[in-house]
Amino acid sequence: MKLTLKIWRQKSAQTKGAFESYQVDANEHMSFLEMLDVLNEGLVEKRQEPVAFEHDCREGICGTCNLVINGRPHGPLPGTTTCQLHMRHFKEGETIVIEPYRAQAFPVIKDLVVDRSPLDRIIQSGGFISVNTGQAPDGNAIPIEKDVASRAFDAAACIGCGACVAACPNGSAMLFTSAKVSHLALLPQGEVEHNRRVVSMVHQMDKEGFGMCSNIKACEVECPKEISVTNIARMNRQYFSAMIGSDEK
Amino acid sequence: MSWVSTLFTSSLGRKLVMALTGLFLILFLLVHLTANLQLLRSDGGETFNLVSEFMGHNPVVQTVAWGLYLFIVIHTLLGIRLWLANRHAKGQKYLVQTKANASFASKNMAILGILIFAFLMIHMGDFWWKLQFTDEPYALLQYAGMSHPIEDVYTGVVASFKNPVVMICYLIGYLALGIHLWHGFQSAFQTLGLNHMKYNGLIKFLGTAYAVLVPLGFALISIYIFLMQ
Ligand code: HEM
Ligand code: SF4
Ligand code: FES
Repeated sequence: MKLTLKIWRQKSAQTKGAFESYQVDANEHMSFLEMLDVLNEGLVEKRQEPVAFEHDCREGICGTCNLVINGRPHGPLPGTTTCQLHMRHFKEGETIVIEPYRAQAFPVIKDLVVDRSPLDRIIQSGGFISVNTGQAPDGNAIPIEKDVASRAFDAAACIGCGACVAACPNGSAMLFTSAKVSHLALLPQGEVEHNRRVVSMVHQMDKEGFGMCSNIKACEVECPKEISVTNIARMNRQYFSAMIGSDEK
Repeated sequence: MSWVSTLFTSSLGRKLVMALTGLFLILFLLVHLTANLQLLRSDGGETFNLVSEFMGHNPVVQTVAWGLYLFIVIHTLLGIRLWLANRHAKGQKYLVQTKANASFASKNMAILGILIFAFLMIHMGDFWWKLQFTDEPYALLQYAGMSHPIEDVYTGVVASFKNPVVMICYLIGYLALGIHLWHGFQSAFQTLGLNHMKYNGLIKFLGTAYAVLVPLGFALISIYIFLMQ
C-alpha cells in the first residue's frame, strides 16, 4: 500500500521544527513502527537523516512508542499502543500525519521523541512502598480479595507512556498520576503510606508544569491501557482527605 | 507554607474551589428560577413583587447574596486563570484536531463561562444595579396586607423583556449556561472525588436534567413575557 506521511521534523530542542512529507510503500501486515522502519531504511539509503522515534519492547508494555497519529496519541484504535497498531487499519493512498506529543512539560528532543522524564520524577516522589529490601516476600503472605486485587491491577496496568498528557487539551498528567497513586493505595502494602504518597505525587505533578484536569476525559479514550478516570476521582478524594484530615501537619 | 495555602494553590485545591463555587451557583439558580416562575401568575405581578421585596430586604437573603456575588467573582476569575494556565501547559497544538475523544462542552468551559459572565453583567446592570444604586427606579405599589408600598419590579422586568435585543442576549446567555452545566454539573462531582457506580447514574441523570430544564425554564418564561399582551 502506498502512503503519504506528513511527519514533524525537528533537529533538537533548541531548533524550530516543521512538517515534511514522505512517500512510503508499506504492506498491511506491518505494524506502524515497521512501516516507519521501512521509511527510515529508504532515507538512510538516500543518505538522508532518518526520522527519530522512540520504541523498545514493540509488544505494548514499555510505553515508549509515543506518536500522535492523525491527531490521536497511539492512533485510532482503542486500547492499543503504536507498536501494536497495524497498517491494515489505514487506507491505500491515505495521508497520515505524525506529530510528537504536545505538552509544555514534554519538550521535543528530536523529531518525534519527547522528554517524558517528568513522569519518572512523579513516580520517584512517592510511587513506591518503603520496605527493607531482602528476599522477595511470599506473594501469598497477605491474602487480598480478588476484586481488590483486580482493581489495583487495572490501575497498575499503566505503562507510563504519557498518552494521557498528550491527549489532554490541558496537558494534564492526572490520569497517569492517579493510576500510580491508586494501584499502591488499593493494596495493604501501599495503604500505610497513602496520605504522604498522594500529597507528594500531586505536588510533584504540579511542579513539573502539567495542566489541571477539566474532566474532559480525552485521556481515558486514548489510554492504551484503558485506565479509568475513576482513578482521578480516587486521587482527588485521597488528596483532599490527606490535606485536611491526615495526622501529619 | 501552611497547609491551607498549600491546598488552595495546588492544582486539585483550585479545582476544588471551582467545583464548590459552581455547585453553589447551581443551587442558587434553582431559587432564582422558583422566583421567576411567579412571573407566570396572572395576578398583575403581585406575587413576583412580594417575592422581590422579601429577597431584597430579608437580612439572611441579603447576606447570602453577598456571598453569591463573591462566589461568582471567584469562580469567574479562577476559571479564567485555570484556562490560561492550561493553555500554557499544553503549548503547541496539534496540526490535526480530532473530535473523536472529547465533548464540545468540556473543551470550551471558559469560553462558555465568559459568555455567561457577559450575560450576567447585562442582567445585573438591568435590574440589580437599578435597585441598589438608583433612587426609586420603579413605581411604588401598595398591596393589601403590606405595611408599606413596595417597588413594582414586575413592570420593569416586563418592559426589559419586550426589547428584542435584550431578549436575544438573554437567550444566548441561557444557551451558554445550559452547555456549561451539561459538562459542569457532572464534572464538579468528579472533581470532588464523588465517582462511584452506586450513584454515577443519578448524578448523570440529575446533571442532564438540570442542564436542559433550568435554562429552558428561564428561556420559556422570558419568551412568554416577550409575547405576552
Ligand atoms: C460567570 C461566568 C463563569 C465563568 C467564567 C465560568 C468558568 C468556568 C470554567 C473555566 C470552568 C472549568 C474549570 C476547569 O474544569 O478547569 C467552570 C466549571 C464549572 N462551572 Fe463555571 N463559569 C461561570 C459561571 C458558572 C455558573 C453561573 C455556574 C452555575 C450555575 C457554573 C458552574 C460550574 C460548574 C459546576 C463547574 C464544574 C467545576 C468542576 O469541573 O470541578 N459556572 N466554570
Ligand atoms: S494512564 Fe494510560 S495513557 Fe497515561 S501514562 Fe498510563 S498507560 Fe499511558
Ligand atoms: S514499543 Fe513498547 S509499548 Fe510500544
